[in-house]
Amino acid sequence: MNKQIDGVSRAGNGSVAAAAPFLRIRNLVKRFGSFVALKDVSLDVTSGEFVCFLGPSGCGKTTLLRAIAGLDPQDEGTIEMGGRDVSHLPPAARDFGIVFQSYALFPNLTVAANVGYGLVNRRRPNSEINARVKELLALVGLSDQETKYPVQLSGGQQQRVALARALATSPGLLLLDEPLSALDARVRLRLRDQIKDLQRRLGVTTIMVTHDQEEAMSMADRIVVMNQGVIDQVGTPSDIYRHPTTAFVADFVGSMTFMDAEIAGPDGVRVGDLNLHCKDAKGFVQGSLVRLGLRPEEVRVRNLDSATQNKIDAKVLSLDFLGSFCRARLNPEAAPGITILADFSANLMRDLAVTEGQKLAIALPPESLRLFARG
Amino acid sequence: MSGAALSSDRGPALSGISRDALILRLGVAILVGWLLLTIAFPLWSLLSKSFQDGDGHFVGLKNYIVYFSTPTLFGSIYNSVWVAVVSTVIVIPIAFIYAYTLTRTKIPLKGLLYSAALLPLFAPSLLSAISLIYLFGNQGLLKGFLFGGSIYGPAGIVLAQVFYCFPHALIILVAALGLADARLYEVADALGTARPRIFWTVTLPGAKFGLINACFVVFTLVVTDFGIAKVIGGQFNVLATDAYKQVVGQQNFAMGAVVGMVLLVPAVAAFVIDRMVQRRQVALLSARAVPLEPKENKLRDWALTAYALVIAGLIVGVLGTAVWASFITYWPYNLSLTLKNYEFGTFDAAAWSPYFNSLKMAALAAIIGTAIVFTGAYLVEKTKVASGGRAIAHLLAMLPMAVPGLVLGLGYVFFVNAAWNPLNIFYGTLIVLVVNSVAHFYTVAHITALTALKQIDPEFESVSASLKVPVWRTFARVTVPICMPAIFDIAIYIFVNALTTVSAVIFLYGPGTKLASVAIVHMDEAGVTAGAAAMATLIVLTALAAKLLHVFLDRFVFMRLQAWRRR
Ligand SMILES: Nc1ncnc2c1ncn2[C@@H]1O[C@H](COP(=O)(O)OP(=O)(O)O)[C@@H](O)[C@H]1O
Ligand SMILES: [Mg+2]
Repeated sequence: MNKQIDGVSRAGNGSVAAAAPFLRIRNLVKRFGSFVALKDVSLDVTSGEFVCFLGPSGCGKTTLLRAIAGLDPQDEGTIEMGGRDVSHLPPAARDFGIVFQSYALFPNLTVAANVGYGLVNRRRPNSEINARVKELLALVGLSDQETKYPVQLSGGQQQRVALARALATSPGLLLLDEPLSALDARVRLRLRDQIKDLQRRLGVTTIMVTHDQEEAMSMADRIVVMNQGVIDQVGTPSDIYRHPTTAFVADFVGSMTFMDAEIAGPDGVRVGDLNLHCKDAKGFVQGSLVRLGLRPEEVRVRNLDSATQNKIDAKVLSLDFLGSFCRARLNPEAAPGITILADFSANLMRDLAVTEGQKLAIALPPESLRLFARG
Repeated sequence: MSGAALSSDRGPALSGISRDALILRLGVAILVGWLLLTIAFPLWSLLSKSFQDGDGHFVGLKNYIVYFSTPTLFGSIYNSVWVAVVSTVIVIPIAFIYAYTLTRTKIPLKGLLYSAALLPLFAPSLLSAISLIYLFGNQGLLKGFLFGGSIYGPAGIVLAQVFYCFPHALIILVAALGLADARLYEVADALGTARPRIFWTVTLPGAKFGLINACFVVFTLVVTDFGIAKVIGGQFNVLATDAYKQVVGQQNFAMGAVVGMVLLVPAVAAFVIDRMVQRRQVALLSARAVPLEPKENKLRDWALTAYALVIAGLIVGVLGTAVWASFITYWPYNLSLTLKNYEFGTFDAAAWSPYFNSLKMAALAAIIGTAIVFTGAYLVEKTKVASGGRAIAHLLAMLPMAVPGLVLGLGYVFFVNAAWNPLNIFYGTLIVLVVNSVAHFYTVAHITALTALKQIDPEFESVSASLKVPVWRTFARVTVPICMPAIFDIAIYIFVNALTTVSAVIFLYGPGTKLASVAIVHMDEAGVTAGAAAMATLIVLTALAAKLLHVFLDRFVFMRLQAWRRR
């Protein structure tokens, strides 16, 4: 799988690559009956990193996480943790803490007993365990909730208890499966920062599963974008956003307008009757059919002059007010068949007094036009 | 982090987990072995016995040929089926209207009416037969109402079965009618559908599966019940009494085995149909169904209240007759009260010991059975080891539902009694009676435990593995406390049923381990009906006391111990 190895090595160019990977996954395959949930997945995670598995529901994120934990062992492939081959070890012989979507807190135990659950069987004096539990609860900001039972806590508090319990034994790897998805939006935003902050302070290698691209972008050092059992791309959030290697990634992370196009030359493409300059065209053979992608926020309206490349006239089909910006559907006059999405800031809307039905000169910057193989 | 000191070295954890998986595998192996030993092997013994002669030689279908060419024997099939069909036809409509009253009307005292209807569950089946004898028997109080007819025979059996089977049918029908989707009724109303038409086109089809299921359950109960036919059947032969006569009376084990195999047919059919019905029923009830809130309808509600009161009164009255009669000096001539019928020593050398044997047996079955069933269900539902073994265990656990007590009892006779079986030293001991009772009531207990376990977060085991806590520790500290209500439900279910059952244990008691329910049969056989009624009364009171204690503990004690359930 070229793409993945490529992704791995590309990520390796960063500063994190100096150390040997803490987690080394090679050629993982997982089947459920005849259905292949993971298809030859390889991935490296460096010590201290915060990695997000991102992808639509059902793409295999949880399956990969559970394979790493040893809860649902893979059918093929190897997993190394801290240089140790753990491919065939049971969960308890691996070194991780895990937080589930449901939190799986023990309802009949107090908050303190939940957090100390993994400590009790390590034959340590009670005083030491109590001190550790207090320390963990302080860490997640729940010092005053020790004696409560899980049902008496809010969703966000339960989530933090689960986090404290997972961290109690100081695991080398923290696994989080959609830890925020059961919470309402406001709590989710606050916990995002708290988890990220905690992870940075403890320096614990962390893998978080999410289907929320915004969550992944704001928390992860690196994002692993998954699609139907394969890793499509691995990279830093800005890397993934700016240089998506597949149309799927481009569409899933942020939004993108796609148009069918044909390579017209080393730096140009043709979309219907439109001829556009495009930096990305170099790698393609002239005449080949491709998909052209453009992020809505890259469409330019201001400061256009005669030297501006890819300047076209378009009609505003509709405007959707989305809070701090407006999403416009634009129809190029030279190519009536296609619709381009564009995000206009509230500022710009006011300055240019954009209205539906209006004609507008826009530019599609050549460096913003992304090309993807068709098919 | 100071926690570094607490992080474990990996050596012990490693060996710890292999021990974890090993113990779970061992647990599954023991479970499968236990279920094979207590359920599968006895049934196998019965099956093979029906193909052997008295000396244990294989004789092919010879026993079956003899059976079906002996009119007195296979005539019982006709008798059993006939009685069962009539009982079913009578009990289902009565129970359906009662269930409709409880679920679809706005009447007061629903809880009380439901409890009264469930009373027969706490008595041995033959209690209703004893009552009927007191009312309509040779010395019956109301004998005149029969105009010279006799209660001994099919009429008595049917009447007694109607009382005995009523709560079984009612539970199923209440569940079926309780599942209604209010939207269907709203649509029918909106379309201006007439009341009777709504009943025939919406209500009845909605309860269709419940009705089918109830019919088969009642039919099977009647065919396989032994106590009632024994007490009130007179000269009227049915399959259940045939099996008893062949084995206990004539020591003809081979023919007894054939009768047992015949008895298995309706029970297995009912079991299969129940499984199919349940599968359909799940599909029927969509997750978005809106529960039906009964609307007021004065006339209907008054009529149905009167109906329910009459039925509940009949049930309480009939069961009460036996209780009352047990305190009567000389029925029906001297109705003054006395306790002399409870001096069992005057009728039977065993005196009070059968009662205490029953108590001991039911308590042991409840304790041992609950432990085995719950641990077994945990292994089946919550572990990932030995998936083949767990599937087999589940299958075996579901088997007893399809096996009438009489058939299982016969199987135990052949299996435990066999000369080659080293376990035959246990024959006639309390241990066999306990084990047999646990096996007899395994399925319902198993399903109860599974249902409770399925409601627990499936990740508890994963969490405890990640925290390197052994699985049995989490089982004891988390799973069992959470499931306490279900565990007590199981225990009380096994206790009450072990206390009241006659059919399975009638073959298995030994000298010194005679049970109360068996003593009832013996006293009745000896013509000491008052003694039988007294013993039956003791059983009913004990079963009810256990149930009330359970309800009380549930309400007032466990709630306090389970502060964690409250917000
Ligand atoms: N135990 C299982 N049995 C069968 N199929 C499964 C099982 N677990 C997951 N799958 C399938 O594998 C795919 C990936 O599942 P999962 O990893 O849970 O996806 P997600 O990315 O949403 O976490 C899904 O199509 C799911 O239906
Ligand atoms: Mg998932």
